[in-house]
Amino acid sequence: MGTKILLPALSPTMEVGKIAKWFVKEGDTVESGDILAEIETDKAVMEFEAISEGVVEKLLVTANSEPIAVNSPIAIISGEDDQTANTDPPTDQDEVAATVQEETASVRVPPQVPKEKLSEEIALENVSFKSQTFREALRDAMAEEMERDELVFLMGEEVAEYEGAYKVSQGLLEQFGSKRVIDTPITEHGFTGLGVGAGFAGLKPIVEFMTFNFAMQAIDHIINSAGKTLYMSGGQMNCPIVFRGPNGAAARVAAQHSQDYAAWYSHIPGLKVVQPFSAADAKGLLKSAIRDPNPVVFLENEILYNRSFDVPELDDYTVPLGKAKIWQEGTDVTLVSFGIGMSHTLEAAQELEGLGISAEVIDLRSLRPLDKETVVESVKKTNRCVTIEEGFPVCSIGNHLSYLLMQEAFDWLDAPVTCCTGKDVPMPYAANLEKLALVSVPEIIEAAKAVSYWEK
Amino acid sequence: MVKKTVATKPKETKEQLLKLYSEMLLIRRFEEKSGQLYGMGLIGGFCHLYIGQEAVVVGLEAIAEEGDKRITAYRDHGHMLACGMDPNGVMAELTGRAGGFSKGKGGSMHMFSKEKNFFGGHGIVGAQVPLGAGIAFADQYQGNHNVTFTYFGDGAANQGQIYETFNMASLWKLPVVFVIENNQYAMGTSIKRGSSTPDLYTRGIAFGIRGEIVDGMDVLAVSKAGKKAADICRKGNGPYILEMKTYRYRGHSMSDPAKYRTREEVQQVRKQQDPIDSLRDRLLNWKIASDEEFKEIDRSVKKKVNEASEFSQKSPEPDDAELYTDVYL
Ligand SMILES: Cc1ncc(C[n+]2csc(CCOP(=O)(O)OP(=O)(O)O)c2C)c(N)n1
Ligand SMILES: [Mg+2]
Repeated sequence: MGTKILLPALSPTMEVGKIAKWFVKEGDTVESGDILAEIETDKAVMEFEAISEGVVEKLLVTANSEPIAVNSPIAIISGEDDQTANTDPPTDQDEVAATVQEETASVRVPPQVPKEKLSEEIALENVSFKSQTFREALRDAMAEEMERDELVFLMGEEVAEYEGAYKVSQGLLEQFGSKRVIDTPITEHGFTGLGVGAGFAGLKPIVEFMTFNFAMQAIDHIINSAGKTLYMSGGQMNCPIVFRGPNGAAARVAAQHSQDYAAWYSHIPGLKVVQPFSAADAKGLLKSAIRDPNPVVFLENEILYNRSFDVPELDDYTVPLGKAKIWQEGTDVTLVSFGIGMSHTLEAAQELEGLGISAEVIDLRSLRPLDKETVVESVKKTNRCVTIEEGFPVCSIGNHLSYLLMQEAFDWLDAPVTCCTGKDVPMPYAANLEKLALVSVPEIIEAAKAVSYWEK
Repeated sequence: MVKKTVATKPKETKEQLLKLYSEMLLIRRFEEKSGQLYGMGLIGGFCHLYIGQEAVVVGLEAIAEEGDKRITAYRDHGHMLACGMDPNGVMAELTGRAGGFSKGKGGSMHMFSKEKNFFGGHGIVGAQVPLGAGIAFADQYQGNHNVTFTYFGDGAANQGQIYETFNMASLWKLPVVFVIENNQYAMGTSIKRGSSTPDLYTRGIAFGIRGEIVDGMDVLAVSKAGKKAADICRKGNGPYILEMKTYRYRGHSMSDPAKYRTREEVQQVRKQQDPIDSLRDRLLNWKIASDEEFKEIDRSVKKKVNEASEFSQKSPEPDDAELYTDVYL
């Protein structure tokens, strides 16, 4: 009797995959370590190995057909009955696998988003769009700016030959060579300081952190060296540098790899801080950040990397730092968010519409400088505000917005501002606890209902 | 790659030798099973397998004494099994269940056992190294004659905090054995591309720390070097650096397409230097153990791993209330 080989999950965020190529055919004998197939995941093409010997009885999926779900059977291999192949587990275990998959999947399904508006500066009529992932948009932004300005270079761990741990710098080494796309050793404090020094001396570095969790090793240089030197030098010495990389939780990577640093960096005078949600904004804001004469902390999100948006096809599309964007106009409550929080917020806004609550949705995009006017104007209209972010609740961006609204719109508020945040605990690994720890769509809906004194 | 396989009959007893074999095999089979469970979506997030490097941790644990401590990074499953942590609890942590060593809150990269003096399980590259020195400091402070095995990778060896630690450890003669697991790659960066000099064991010289290079694919060589290093530290003449030349067969983590090295390179190490095969071949050659004895070990290891796998799937998810526990004492 043969054992079923299932399509493996080959990354923390993979839900479906495609057999790019079979390396075996029916009847072949395979040994441990032989490649069975190449599998295309959300990030890369990976080799999939046999882990014990046997004979390929049947291939159940043809190469290059439609993507299939993780855990679908892809082949049958016969071998010793007690072999440790990647086998189909007994049915009760099968059920366990299925429920876990479903639960994690439900967290990640992107909602339908309303049509995105572009910066006001752009005359929409003549613009065509292409669908691009967030990841591709970042790549294009860097490529365009490197093309435009010789002084711009990229450095970080695995950015060159590996093309980025999350494949953001795909093709850049090939296009610009190793002088301008530089792999560093694992030495964040060192290469960040080196980047800041190069910035003082007139270069325009883009420093990639594999994730912002590792920037904690380097935070002294981001804050003390990059953030404060213009002031300390009486305005003589600026540092035109961009620190970028994924920020916040990915999926199941636990406490040390899941932190959201938006509020941390926003605390610091001398730094600018950006966290885009859409691919178009990612592109336009990154281009502006690279040109900005100040240090900019550019926060991305791993879960958004693979998400597609319409990006305008313009030779030089930029989005100004410090301007929020209204995604959806509404009259009853203002929902303010940024980055991945926008994904939950737009989904909540849609459900609220079903309840008869008209939400105005604001994407801050830039956290420092913060577009206070847009938020205040909106709240003067809706008289209610809910803020949404993934970070910890204490000293959050939402806390700061609440303060601003008390100062500038106190007389217009009909309810206290409510902050929806991640929970006040380190990120747990267990699937059920992680889900509870993250800010969720139902929490946003509950908060919006509460500030609207909504009753069935 | 150093090739200094111990070729003469060792002084270890047959029982000790077979224990080395079965512990390495346990790690190998456990990791293969982890890979499968990951593929099925039962393990999530990052999962770094130790396959290929088994001799390092098994060889050192064989000479560790009661009360010795150990600390490592995120590629930690092997270290936990080798220091005697229950495979059921390790696997259940991988699946994020209540029966795991951290009640499901830590996952693959973050497990601990106070009972077994296993101090983790750390996700930030290099951060475990000063922690290891601190644990050794506590032993010295309290007059214990124990050592701390502080493991880190070839990539981690470029973090600045390691050299800050070397200086203090040497200045204060801390009883710490720095074990560099040089598997020759830090993610996709080969040692040539990340280190200005290739011999990591020489990096202690500027701080007056002695070190040596060891064939990390040969469990007997590892034990021998480990014993010497630990003895030096126990006598108050530490620290000491052991650079273990080893190799990881799998990708950096489960999501690494590993295009930075050839398949041939991997297969060649597997065929010629596999720590488990090479020990078995030697024991057969020396007529210390028979084929039948190895088969018996294989069977019992497989059984243990299957039990762990079952336990890890049957153990329930942690209670929702656990979200808010363990933040403070
Ligand atoms: C401070 C920090 N930077 C980057 C990372 C991402 N990262 C995780 S493992 C790794 C490679 C480490 O290589 P090495 O020290 O050789 O250990 P190995 O994985 O080979 O066991 C990197 C860059 C991290 N976890 N922490
Ligand atoms: Mg390494």
